[in-house]
Amino acid sequence: MAEFLSLHDAVQRNLRDGDMVAFEGFTHLIPHAAAHEAIRQGIRDLTLLRMTPDIIYDQMIGMGLARKVIFSYAGNPGVGLLRRMRDAIEHSYPRGIETVEHSHSAMAQAYEAGASGLPCAVFRGYKGAGLKEVNPDIKSVICPFTGEELAAIPSHRPDVTFIHAQKASEKGDVLIEGIIGVQKEAALAAKRVVVTVEEVVPSFKGLHPNLTILPHWTIDAVAVVPGGAHPSYTYGYYARDNAAYLEWDKISADREAFSAWMEANVLNAGPEVFVQRVEALR
Amino acid sequence: MTNFTPTEMMTIAAARALSNDDVCFVGIGAPSAACNVARLTHAPDITLIYESGTIGTAPEVLPLSIGDGELCETALCTVSVPEMFRYWLMGGRISIGFLGAAQLDRFGNINTTVIGDYTHPKVRLPGGGGAPEIATSCGEIFITLKQAPRSMVNTIDFFTSFGHGEGGDHRQRLGISTKGPTLLITDLAIWRPDPESKEFTVRSLHKGVTRQQVQDNCGWPVRFAASVEETPEPTELELGTLRDLQARTAAAHRGDAR
Repeated sequence: MAEFLSLHDAVQRNLRDGDMVAFEGFTHLIPHAAAHEAIRQGIRDLTLLRMTPDIIYDQMIGMGLARKVIFSYAGNPGVGLLRRMRDAIEHSYPRGIETVEHSHSAMAQAYEAGASGLPCAVFRGYKGAGLKEVNPDIKSVICPFTGEELAAIPSHRPDVTFIHAQKASEKGDVLIEGIIGVQKEAALAAKRVVVTVEEVVPSFKGLHPNLTILPHWTIDAVAVVPGGAHPSYTYGYYARDNAAYLEWDKISADREAFSAWMEANVLNAGPEVFVQRVEALR
Repeated sequence: MTNFTPTEMMTIAAARALSNDDVCFVGIGAPSAACNVARLTHAPDITLIYESGTIGTAPEVLPLSIGDGELCETALCTVSVPEMFRYWLMGGRISIGFLGAAQLDRFGNINTTVIGDYTHPKVRLPGGGGAPEIATSCGEIFITLKQAPRSMVNTIDFFTSFGHGEGGDHRQRLGISTKGPTLLITDLAIWRPDPESKEFTVRSLHKGVTRQQVQDNCGWPVRFAASVEETPEPTELELGTLRDLQARTAAAHRGDAR
């Protein structure tokens, strides 16, 4: 049952040291505010799961929260590399991290399999791909009907999934629209689900019947954080702050500049700053 | 038009390879520019698909990422990411996959994963994203990149996505039924795989480019077709369309258009 909580309490009650956690969002609706709260609470030894670990995982890795990262594309989308993640992989700074790498197709289907209660995902993939040689989780099965060899990987079953969405109803049902990514699957695959939303509305009556909705009984906590996806965006509310993504390339290039930025903008800030950050993007 | 850069020639030559009937899975960067120039010139009905789930998108400015709001707002429809990969890509609905590359070999195998050893990389690159299955599920693959000896190499450090492997019938031997790389467009030339060996062979040189320049900017011994043509230079319409698109894009990404 969804409980309305402050972001602080939603994170504290649902995210624990050593958890496997997904902060999902495919360019759109990335839960930045929730990730910053996890950083402030100093949660340790996380296994971070995400198709596209971008700035928030760069920040979490750079702050030493992660032990392991499971991913399919580790870049600042359209800009370049993730410099803090690279520093961890190439120089074990601030600590070494284990990486498990997949393709997008595999990751999306591993969430889907998790949401379906299946132990693995099966698909026609990884043919000729080098990842098979370096990721022991990529195996194959023979189709019992045709004899075709298909790729198989374990399903994703995170301890907790964090997502950002447009709206919650007063009951705690959650609505997502626009680029819906893999959030529904990531939420339904998880043991616990925390959602940050732009706003709460009385009900979803009268809306289009095929909108993506997570019923309140699939969700553990809802926290209202207007602007909580910034510098990612929320369709219908504010645009992507592409300038901030370009700027991150410079901030993250230098260990000291990174620490100073995190100190000023995350450690000494709270979720209330996000509403101002999106003011000019509405 | 005689006043154009090699990169502009590359983008326009790549755009010309696309047609109105194509359903194209678009990689970010150079492929995205080429696909949208095609849409804005000779192929207004081309279906552009980005891996964020946007089908039939027609962005006014080039997206910085594969999931900018612009892509969804201008799309025919937007589906979930699992649906995108399962039904549309792996279901065999895409005719052309358009990829860029950090490292490329003569058989169209691509590396965007690591430079150096996988476990102790010299440079950790972003990784494959959708590419491993794009490379094997789309009807055929077009590749575009700027030539340099460090990007067009004899041996790639990692097989992010499979092209023609060791050449010849290597794809068929792995049970892959799609064509794989059929076209490479660089800032200097247009290449196509040899029908038998599958090695990329220069078929057309861009205006003013010499064979020596192509070789100097390529890490393997370049093969040239028996008759090498000259790529027609950009028309006024093509160049104007590309430059307008890039100007709108730069303004939007700086944040002064929204």
